[in-house]
Formats: sequence, structure tokens, C-alpha cells
Amino acid sequence: MLLATWPLAACAGRQSALDPQGLQSDQIRHTLFIFVAVAAVVWTAVVIALGIGMLRRKRAADQPLDLHQTFEERTGRVILALGIATTVIVLGLSFVSYAGQRTVFAKDENALTLKIVGHQWWWEVRYEADSPHQNFVTANEIRIPTGQPVKVELESADVIHSFWVPSLTGKMDLIPGQKNELQFTAKNAGMYRGQCAEFCGLQHAHMAFDVIALPPDEFGRWREHENQSAESPADQLGKQGEALFRARGCALCHNVSGTLAGGQLGPDLTHVGGRRTIAAGTLPNTPATLGAWISDPQHIKPGNLMPKMPLQSDELIAIIHYLEQLK
Amino acid sequence: MSVTAESNELRDDVLNGLQLSGQLERVWRTPSGLVGALMSVDHKIVGRRYILTAFAFLLLGGILAMLMRVQLAGPEQTFLSADKYNQIFTMHGSTMMFLFAVPVMEAFAVYLVPLMVGTRNIAFPRLNAFSYWMFLFGGCFLWISFLFNVGPDVGWFSYVPLSSLQFTPTKRADVWAQMITFTEVAALAVAVEIVVTVFKLRAPGMTLDRIPLFVWAMLVTSFLVMFAMPSIMVASTSLILDRLVNTRFYDASSGGHPLLWQHLFWFFGHPEVYIIFIPGTGMASTILATFARRPVIGYPVVILSLIGTGFLSFGLWVHHMFVTGLPQLGAGLFTASSMLIAVPSGLQIFCWLATLWDGRPVYRTPLLFVIGFIVIFVIGGLSGVMVASVPIDTQVHDTYFVVAHFHYVLIGGAVFPLIGAVYYWFPKIAGRMLSERLGRWNFWLAFIGFNVAFFPMHFLGLIGMPRRVYTYTADMDWAHLNLLSSIGAFVFALSFALLLVNVVYSLRKGALAGDNPWNGSTLEWATSSPPPPQNFDRIPVVKHRDPLWADSESLPVIAGLSAERREVLLTSLAEAEPQTREASSEPSIWPLLTAIATTVFFIGSIFTPWAVLWGTPPMAVTLIGWFWPSGSKEDEE
Repeated sequence: MLLATWPLAACAGRQSALDPQGLQSDQIRHTLFIFVAVAAVVWTAVVIALGIGMLRRKRAADQPLDLHQTFEERTGRVILALGIATTVIVLGLSFVSYAGQRTVFAKDENALTLKIVGHQWWWEVRYEADSPHQNFVTANEIRIPTGQPVKVELESADVIHSFWVPSLTGKMDLIPGQKNELQFTAKNAGMYRGQCAEFCGLQHAHMAFDVIALPPDEFGRWREHENQSAESPADQLGKQGEALFRARGCALCHNVSGTLAGGQLGPDLTHVGGRRTIAAGTLPNTPATLGAWISDPQHIKPGNLMPKMPLQSDELIAIIHYLEQLK
Repeated sequence: MSVTAESNELRDDVLNGLQLSGQLERVWRTPSGLVGALMSVDHKIVGRRYILTAFAFLLLGGILAMLMRVQLAGPEQTFLSADKYNQIFTMHGSTMMFLFAVPVMEAFAVYLVPLMVGTRNIAFPRLNAFSYWMFLFGGCFLWISFLFNVGPDVGWFSYVPLSSLQFTPTKRADVWAQMITFTEVAALAVAVEIVVTVFKLRAPGMTLDRIPLFVWAMLVTSFLVMFAMPSIMVASTSLILDRLVNTRFYDASSGGHPLLWQHLFWFFGHPEVYIIFIPGTGMASTILATFARRPVIGYPVVILSLIGTGFLSFGLWVHHMFVTGLPQLGAGLFTASSMLIAVPSGLQIFCWLATLWDGRPVYRTPLLFVIGFIVIFVIGGLSGVMVASVPIDTQVHDTYFVVAHFHYVLIGGAVFPLIGAVYYWFPKIAGRMLSERLGRWNFWLAFIGFNVAFFPMHFLGLIGMPRRVYTYTADMDWAHLNLLSSIGAFVFALSFALLLVNVVYSLRKGALAGDNPWNGSTLEWATSSPPPPQNFDRIPVVKHRDPLWADSESLPVIAGLSAERREVLLTSLAEAEPQTREASSEPSIWPLLTAIATTVFFIGSIFTPWAVLWGTPPMAVTLIGWFWPSGSKEDEE
């Protein structure tokens, strides 16, 4: 049954463990397939034995059978042999598992290191280089170079979350008071969806992110650009938006590098205009969704920590215009 | 030792059969009327209530499951809000684990174990009554809270810090933690009663190697309860202290650690699975033997498997924590120990298969459910081997693969044999047979519905669907499998509706059962259906593992117990040789009053620490009432 329906799901999905794009996820799928194959054989054998047992006797008995039959002694040896076989299979699978585990969790000293902090309900991503002026912070979107090991250091700002990008590798929890880490290597350029996997409260369902794997030189250019402070808006509406961004309290929670906005509670918005999604993978990033989000965040993602701001529609338009320019 | 009794005492060897029956019935009967019902300490009455209450919670938990399946049937449904959904999945898990699965297994044991070991009442009958009331009040407390919108919403596992005061400032987590305390009390009390009943109240001659397999299973289960429950007790008490009086057991910023919760919780939580599963295997063994018309092959192997499973179940809790960043080598060792539990489970299955091979099976509804159990449970066991592997677990942990896995284990491994057990023992409890025709419909709907509901979840997990999400978008490609799963879930629910119809119909119209309708071999079939208050007029003597098959003409009995007051016979632990006669409790209202006082104390303490002060005197009064020495003839000597 397992094997028969396997191809059904083999290539589906945006965050599928069955469609590995990383060295680690590839290894995990390999281990999984060995287990599934063994399981399918064992289950089939049990069901066949059960079927034979059910059909073997033609006639049902009304009375209990003679209680002193010799069948028991002969079966005893068979059961013992099957017990030993089970033990051997189990130990074999343990070794397969351990070999897979060593590969998946192998460490590379030259890995690119990122720090990821889980928040209710979004992801803070910190790129920290050797010299502090090369550091920058982004949110809900992780860009990495292909072919190079990436190490993510995982921390939590509030409750337990779990970092999970099935296409690249398995998950790892973000636990307050504990530093965990995870290494993975993307084989191919592409965009891989990830999602929080540990129940973290009301909006657990809306805590997604993208991992975008770029060829190394492209990644380098992106990193250079991301390291720049936000450019001041050129047009009047943008300038008005920037002023409103401060005046209406956005800047209390959000940071925009190079401006007076230095809030640390919400996602860093320095380059928010360049991101694909808003609200941790909940909506595509367009002026319309951005407007909907700012004017009533509780409607889109009830319980999130962004308050509803009383804004006039022209104020809203100015702020959207400003944020759109932050690329 | 009081083996020599007063000369004027009425004994069961001086009365003839009919007189004795009437006399014992008068002595052991529960008083009539409402007060009498509230005073009952008869294990059959308590057991029946326990079973019915647990099934009522199954119904409630099942309704919640259906609500979730409606919400998840399609992408971006707005049937439930995030808040409702989180409460519902928490209530579903908590209800099924704490208010259905464990209680229903213990409930069957409360009803059946005294009958199966051939005694007149369970050990500590008042504690038994108390335990039921605690279970009832704790369950009602949880559900009333839910209906008033203070139902817990942090998962049946209540991980800190999410369940801490900082992130759950409402009373929701307190409600959950206190409900745990209620069920701990109830579960522990029954476990103690079962162990003592099995060790000290067995019929003469029922040596350790003649104990029925269901009784063995419940004995092992009771030990698991006694060793696992204290762990969750420590965990939930620490949680409530953190929340109510500001201790810092789990607060990482003050030297506590959130992982402490997970260790304590899973040290209980994993054996919990076997607390539910092992009774299921006991039921399966019993049913299989009766309908295959031969004793289960490898009786000692089965018992050693039960014990082995019990021991191993304490050595693998860490496989719930593979993605918390524990050291890799340790995790690898827990992989091996987790997988090893497949060996005793496998041995039991081989024994059952051999029994079917050698027997001449009669395919009635109870046996169908046992066969369904084997087919389903093996899938759950094999997917369990997968989640025990660290690399595989890092992908499937907290996804629908795990949801599929543990429903295969818990429903396949426990609910299927349980429904088989309902069909099997209903005639004993109710005196009437359940309809066989409806039974077959029930089985096939359950078997097909279950697999359609849960098999697709394996794939959903592998293609990335996390657990505990109240919604998902259409572009995730999870919609088709979710719809299929929801349809299956409703078919599965229909099978339970059919069971309910069958029970209601058969209580009135079912064929009369007679003492032993299935031709079973164990002692509960040696008395009438339903059994009289005293269970047995004379205590049977056991000379074989299958007494009713070996001594089918007439069961030997022992005489000499008092016929004018409640007495049970104590026997030795290993050989079950008669040792002494022991008084058994009279009906009493104190267990109920004590349970009420305890409930007021616990619930009050959520809202005000002062409840610890004003809640104590009522508890003290009721406990004094409970333990007030009552005079007996022997005391007057």
C-alpha cells in the first residue's frame, strides 16, 4: 500500500521533503526510502500471514480445540526466529539511521553564518560579518549562496519555534535560553518555502518564510546592496510618507537603517520594498496588500503584535509609497 | 489472621444454592434510590459509569475532530477562527488522552479484573468510587471551561514558555494544568487498586501463569501509570506554581529551562502511549483466543512482551525531542532504544498470527475488530520505527506524518481492540447481545473510514504540512489530500454513530446473552450476565489457564466466606493460596463528598491562593468522615 501510492506524492509541493534541493534533504530522503521499503515488505508479509491464517481452516469450530496440541512447540521456534529477525532488522535500520544522521549533521567550519531569531509570528534574520559595519538585518526572507554550506544559529525572542525548510534539510527548534544551530547546503538556485513547525500560539499557521538560493556572485551583489542604508525618498509623496512613518508611530517598532526610525520590536524595514511577501509569508508584497495590512493588521492575522493605526487614506497612500521605495 | 470465625456466624457453606444467592445479594447490593447510587462502591457499577463517561468524552472529542476536519477540508476556510481552532485541537488532544483513552482502559479493568480473577469486589472500593468522581469532575471542569471560552489553547502538550503566564496570561493554561491533576489522581488510584486486586484477591489456584492475558496487560499498565504519572504530576505542579505563585522552574531568564518541561512531559508522555496500547493488546489476546477457539499461542512470550514493552517504554522519551538540539550521539542511542520496542510488539503479533493459523476462527464482530487492529497497528508501528530515526524525524516531526503515525497507533492499537471489546463484553455487562449485522457495518465503516482519513496524512506531512495550523493556502497543494482525509473522517465518525445506535437498540431489543454466549474461557463468563452484586456465589478455584474450557462441566469452588457481611478472600502473591478473609467496604457517601471538597480546593486555587487555606477544612472533614473507624464484629472480640 505504501509503495503503491508513493509516486502520487513524489514530486508535489512547495515545501516537500520528497523533492530535495539540498545535500541534507537529499540524504534524509534517501534514509526515508530505505525505511519505507523495509516497512512495506514487513507489512505485506504480516498481512499475507494474517490472510493465510484466516483462510487456512475451512470449518469454524463451535467448541474449543484440544488444549494439548503440539503445534505450540513447533511454532515456538518459528516465533523465536521471527523475533531474532525483527531484532536484526531493527538494529540494521538503526545503523542506516545513524549513518544518515552523521551526514545530515556534519559540520563545516567555513560555513556562511546567519543568526535567526524567532518571534511571534515572524523571523528576524541577521547577517553578521567579521566587521560590524557589514552587518545588516532583514526579515522573513533568507538569501543564501548555492553550493556553500550555510550555518544558521537559532534563537528565540519569546516562545519555542521551529525552523523548517523541508526542501533543504530537516527542522531545528528555536528555544529561549538555548542556542541551537543547523547547517545546510543548497544544491540549486531557487526559492524554497519554510514554515514554523512548533506550535507557537495564535498565528502559528502564519509564520512562513522564503529561502532564496542564489548563485554565489549574485548573492554577493545582493549582500552588498542589502548592507546599504535606505535611500532617502526622491519625490514629495515619499518624503511625506517618511515623515508620517515617524509621526504616526511606525518608527517605534520598526527600524529603517540610515533614518531616525530605530524601533526594534517589529521586522526591520530597511529594504522591505524588495521582499516578496509581507506578514511572514502571509501575503504577496504589493501596494494593495501593504495598504490592507497597515490599515488593519488584526483582520489579516488576528492576534499579531502590530496595532491598528488610525490613518487618513492620503496618509496611508504616502506611507505605502515610502515603503515601496525601500528596496 | 481471622480464618477462624465466630461460631454463630452465617457462612456460605451452610446455605444451599438459592438461599446463599439471595443472602449474598442482600449483603452486597447497592442501596436503591439516588443516595444509594451516589454511595455505591460496587466495582461493576463504578466501572459501568466510568466506561459510559469515558465514551461520552470520546463523543465530545470526536465532535471536535469533525470540526477540525471541516476547517481543514479546503484551503483558507473561515469556518473556525484561529483562536477557536487552537482551543479545539487542544481540547481534542486533552480529551482523547486524559478523559477517554486512559480512563476507558482503566474503566474496563475496574469492571472486568475482579470478575476475571474471581473475586467479589475490587481492592479499595471506596478509593475506586472516589477516583471515578474525580475523573468526572475534572472532565466536566475542563469542558465547562471550554464552553465558557476559557478552554486551554496551548496544545495537549502545553509546552512552556507558551503556556507560561507571560504568553498565556488568561486562565486557560491553569485550567489545563488542574485538569491534569484530576486525571492523575483518578488514574493513580485505579492503578493501585488493580495491582492490589491482581496480587491479593485472585481466586485460589490462579497462579501467576494462569492469570488471564487481559489481567496481565492491566497489571503491567498499572505499573506504567504508577511510574509515569508522577512525572507529569511534577511537571504540571511546577507549571501551576510558575503561573500562580511566580516560581521560575521553566523560565530561562531566571535560571529555569523550557526543556525541563519537555523531559518531564515526555517521560510521562511516551509511556502514556503504552498505557493506552497495552490494555488494547490484552483485549485483543482475549478476543482472539475465544474466537480462534484456542488459547493464545506463546502465553509466556506474550507476558514477557508486555513486561518488556513496559520497561522499554521508559527509555525512549527523547525521540520526541530530536529537534530540540540535544547532543547527537545521545539522540542516536535513543533511536536504537526506540526502535527496539518493535521487538516485543512484533513478538506479540507473531503469537496472534500463530494462534489464528492453528485455530478454527469464528468471524464475529469482535474478531473482525482485532484483525483490523493488526492490519492498522502494524502500519503505525512501522511508521513509528521511521519517526524514531533522527534524520527522518527532523523532517516529519510536528507534521501530519506524525499525526498519521500516532492515530494509526492509538486508534489502530487501542480503539479498534476497544470497540471489539465493547462487542465482546457488552453481553456480560448488559445481559444482551449487540446486533451482529450492525456490528459488521460498524466494522467496515470504521476500517475504511479510518484508513481514508489518516493514510493520506502521511503524504501531507512529507509534502510539508505542519501540525496545528488552522489554515493553509491553495498554492501549497495540500487541498486534495485534506479533502479526502476529511471525507474519511466523517465515514469513520459514522461508524461510531452506528455503534451508539447498536448499543441503544440492543439494550432493549438485543437477544438475551446467557452466562457465556461466546464460549469464553475466563472467569467472568462463569457468573450470570449481568453479574449479581456479589459476582460469584462461591469463589471459584482455578486449576487451569482456561478454567471454563478445561472444567467445562462444573467449576470447583471454595467455601467458608461470611454470608452476612461483605468479605473477600485474600490469596498469596505467586501461588494464589488462600490466606485470610478480609472485610470489603460498605457503600459510603464519603468518597463523593471528599471528591467534591477536593474539586473545590483545586479549582478555587486557580483563582485565589487563599483557596489553599479555606479549601483545606472541608477536605479534612470529609477525609475524617471517610476514615472514621467503623465497628465490626471482629473489633468487638
